[in-house]
Amino acid sequence: MGIFLFACLLNLVKPPYPLFPMIRQAHFIGVRSLFVIIFTGAFTGMILALQGYYTLTKFGSEGMLGSAVALSLVRELGPVLTALMVVGRAGSAICAEIGIMRNSEQIDALECMAIDPYKYLLAPKYVAGILTVPLLTAIFDVIGILGGYLIGVVLLDVNGGTYFQGMYASVDWQDIKMGVVKSLVFGLLIVWIASAKGYFLHRERSGGFGAEGVSRVTTDAVVLSSVAILVWDYLISAIML
Amino acid sequence: MSKEQPAAAIELVGVEKRFGRQTVLRDVNLSVASGKTTVIVGASGEGKSVIIKHMLGLVRPERGEVLVFGSNLARARKKELNRIRMEFGVLFQNVALFDSMSVFDNVALPLRERTKLSETVIRAKVREKLDLMDLIDADDKFPAQLSGGMKKRVGLARALMLDPKVVFFDEPTTGLDVSRSNEIYRLFHKTQRQLGYTAVIVSHDVPKIFKLADYVALLAEGKIQGVMSPEAFQLSEQPLIRRYVEETMGPIYSSAKEESALYEPA
Repeated sequence: MGIFLFACLLNLVKPPYPLFPMIRQAHFIGVRSLFVIIFTGAFTGMILALQGYYTLTKFGSEGMLGSAVALSLVRELGPVLTALMVVGRAGSAICAEIGIMRNSEQIDALECMAIDPYKYLLAPKYVAGILTVPLLTAIFDVIGILGGYLIGVVLLDVNGGTYFQGMYASVDWQDIKMGVVKSLVFGLLIVWIASAKGYFLHRERSGGFGAEGVSRVTTDAVVLSSVAILVWDYLISAIML
Repeated sequence: MSKEQPAAAIELVGVEKRFGRQTVLRDVNLSVASGKTTVIVGASGEGKSVIIKHMLGLVRPERGEVLVFGSNLARARKKELNRIRMEFGVLFQNVALFDSMSVFDNVALPLRERTKLSETVIRAKVREKLDLMDLIDADDKFPAQLSGGMKKRVGLARALMLDPKVVFFDEPTTGLDVSRSNEIYRLFHKTQRQLGYTAVIVSHDVPKIFKLADYVALLAEGKIQGVMSPEAFQLSEQPLIRRYVEETMGPIYSSAKEESALYEPA
């Protein structure tokens, strides 16, 4: 899988750069994940505000609600939940698509036409994954903060100025940098695991044949990606804190 | 093959291939004559498609050489492999059309990815090939909307798009009825006459496929048992070839054997 990743990244930097396939993949991974990201972002922010408010009230620190919501989202929940949503929506689709292409000899057909599958098929997905997951994370964070505002300020009467002031005071560039690094790594991880699982379907020890083979590797890709995201989340946090 | 015969486009020398513990090919030696049609026959599961995959560079042998226009694919680097593959056209057993692309885009793909032709020229060339295959009205359909015969014709159009020097056909008529099979053979004959390509065909359609063949090779017990003209193949005394001919075409008439029985006393 390491050599596979290296070959994909090499084809990503080698010209030519096929713009249209990259835009199409960015649309598939990014734009078509927008609804689910906005929805989960809003509810995550709302839950954080609700739970945070009742916890902070016990210590008389409701004024810290804005910073609690923002820090949780920017550092942890934003990148992790966005990545998990993208795994479920796009990672599984990437794995199934490539797996079916492998099963039906479409990848062999590409190779026989002297078209490099790494360049033609995989590189645009890597570009799209690395670009869109950080953007989706940013949208998740903003929507989450607004969701927190709705619950904390509009429903629970926390002062709006205090909510945002606490946020300005506590969130610094290091936190945003951590969020960006995580989402970049997660974007790469999602596409890497999903595409490798599909691409090497025929080498699966458990037998990668037919619809069942595709279904099995897709499940594996989703589980492995989700676990990898949580493990790398811990590693990046441990390194950057 | 003798010296009078055309030069070899592809040569397999001592090719051995194993998948896990199973040895599929043992010491395969085969020469594909340039500009001619070589048909590989043999029972199912003998490894005929594996031979084609070796010739295409999709599979590398454990031992032996796969020489295509003099280059050894068994050791070729990716760049050289791609250069050689530019001369190939392939019609896969299950056609392997890109199912999320229309017929037009499937046929246009090799030109779009491998040449710098303008879209106008590509459109004209694709239409010409689709017309040749009687598919002009199906250009905006998707593979799932096509019949088996139409899929094969789209696959053939795509395989011929870059005017290849060698075209591989893996079971070109499997799953087609007699008239559709004849249509594929007619198109094969027409396009080979036009383009003069070398053809390698893996087929079960015996004896019909013999009409198209210049040479027939039998793969049995992991080895090529002989490469000869269809006539010589049908009359061969080689035991495995004889058994294959008898199993697929019925017992060969022998006047010595059959007629003597008629005159034996009851």
